[in-house]
Amino acid sequence: MAGSPGILLRGRHRVDGKLLFDVELDIPAGRWTCLLGKSGVGKSTILRLILGLDTGGDFSGAFHATDDAPLDGRISYMAQSDLLLPWLSVLENVCIGARLRGQNPGLARAERLLDRVGLSRHAAQKPGTLSGGMRQRAALARTLFEDRPIVFLDEPFSALDAGTRADMQELAAEVLVGRTVLLVTHDPAEAARLADQITVLTGEGARNWPVPVTPPLRAINAPETLACQAQLLDYLRGRKACA
Amino acid sequence: MRLRDILLALLIGVGLWQLLVVITDAPHFILPSPWRVAQAAWRSRAIIAENAWVTLTEVLLGLLVGTVLGALTAIQLAYSRTAERLVLPILVFTQAVPVFALAPLLTLWFGYGMGSKIVMAVLIIYFPVTSAFHDGLVRIDSGYRDLSISMSANRWNFLRHIQIPNALPSLGTGLRLAAVYAPIGAVIGEWVGASRGLGYLMLLANGRAKIDLMFASLIVLACLTVVLHILVGLLATQLTRYARGISIT
Ligand SMILES: Nc1ncnc2c1ncn2[C@@H]1O[C@H](COP(=O)(O)OP(=O)(O)O)[C@@H](O)[C@H]1O
Ligand SMILES: [Mg+2]
Repeated sequence: MAGSPGILLRGRHRVDGKLLFDVELDIPAGRWTCLLGKSGVGKSTILRLILGLDTGGDFSGAFHATDDAPLDGRISYMAQSDLLLPWLSVLENVCIGARLRGQNPGLARAERLLDRVGLSRHAAQKPGTLSGGMRQRAALARTLFEDRPIVFLDEPFSALDAGTRADMQELAAEVLVGRTVLLVTHDPAEAARLADQITVLTGEGARNWPVPVTPPLRAINAPETLACQAQLLDYLRGRKACA
Repeated sequence: MRLRDILLALLIGVGLWQLLVVITDAPHFILPSPWRVAQAAWRSRAIIAENAWVTLTEVLLGLLVGTVLGALTAIQLAYSRTAERLVLPILVFTQAVPVFALAPLLTLWFGYGMGSKIVMAVLIIYFPVTSAFHDGLVRIDSGYRDLSISMSANRWNFLRHIQIPNALPSLGTGLRLAAVYAPIGAVIGEWVGASRGLGYLMLLANGRAKIDLMFASLIVLACLTVVLHILVGLLATQLTRYARGISIT
């Protein structure tokens, strides 16, 4: 996607007066950044800050897009929970954003997106009749429907079984190409496959981890993927200093 | 509740009643037997039907108006933080006033006709409907709110497309309560002052020592309430099924 800006964030965040993190984060334009770190370190908080959502804390600092235009309305967001509305059909769920903005739903485009995530046969069904993987694909189509240059993904695949997760990673890599993607994940294998940049968040700051030289999407069993995944895992477990 | 169970319960109830009559040997002007009551009901079917119709109309209109007012209030409270802060405490406070105590006043203000009974029913169901629906409107997975904000939704569209459908099962809960309360409201209104309705007929029969007619009116009232309860229950179930995305049957 042309014109996907990067994001720069610098600042410290406090929860109940206690410092949560003090970071300088550089999210490159048009690439996949995978954000890892211990649970509770503030990964979701960073996404929520930039999205303008409630974080339950105080942020002092600043963030902006690298093209210096406002970020409002340029980020679409997908969380671990698919948040599909049970009373709407899959198709209506995909274009819910348009309804919420009071716009024409644009059903034709929603249908094309459903086709892209392989759900066209299920367009008329209710989400309750779909499997977990299908629901997450519907949520991905809804994210695409927003057609925004920046996409924030907060552990969107972590509740899926291993096979479905690998499928979803491939699908997401394909359909989000060219956009600026920030993916929060706790899975080093996911980061090793998908990332252009791997950033590990700790209370002291954000540090970039070396990624394989091959471009994503990397094969799961490629030696460089496996090596990156193993070293990253060691690092996250605190067994290895930063490479 | 299945029809078979209802009939069975009815049979047992009538049996116990007859047993009580036999055991206590109560005179028929204190406790008439089921058969006596059935005879009285048949004899007075025209007058019972006429008055039942009045009460039914009061109850249905009260339900309709009370539900609409309650639902609108709940939506307004969910939409506006200010309204929520100001109105909710008042609503809770007014619940401390027993609505029955207002019945004489309502008769004074709205007359002996149906008006005062409808108002009574409305008053009595307004709070349960408002409170149940409001509860459903605000008790929503915060993820939906986050998603809507990220989609640049405005508050009204969020309320309309997400909060309200999501709260339909809670509205159903309120409706179930309302179906129980509305007949109580209407009948109390009739007791305080009326010239028609089942409540009026009960007082009239009592005054003329026609205890069997009084029992017949009471039973018809109970039947009306049960049928209403079942129908509203069906409606509430459909609301829940809709919100859960289960096809309407
Ligand atoms: N709405 C909130 N109110 C108060 N504290 C919060 C809120 N959201 C998150 N926190 C706190 O902020 C910290 C970071 O949370 P989060 O960003 O969700 O971590 P992560 O996504 O890295 O697991 C946690 O300690 C959590 O308790
Ligand atoms: Mg998180």
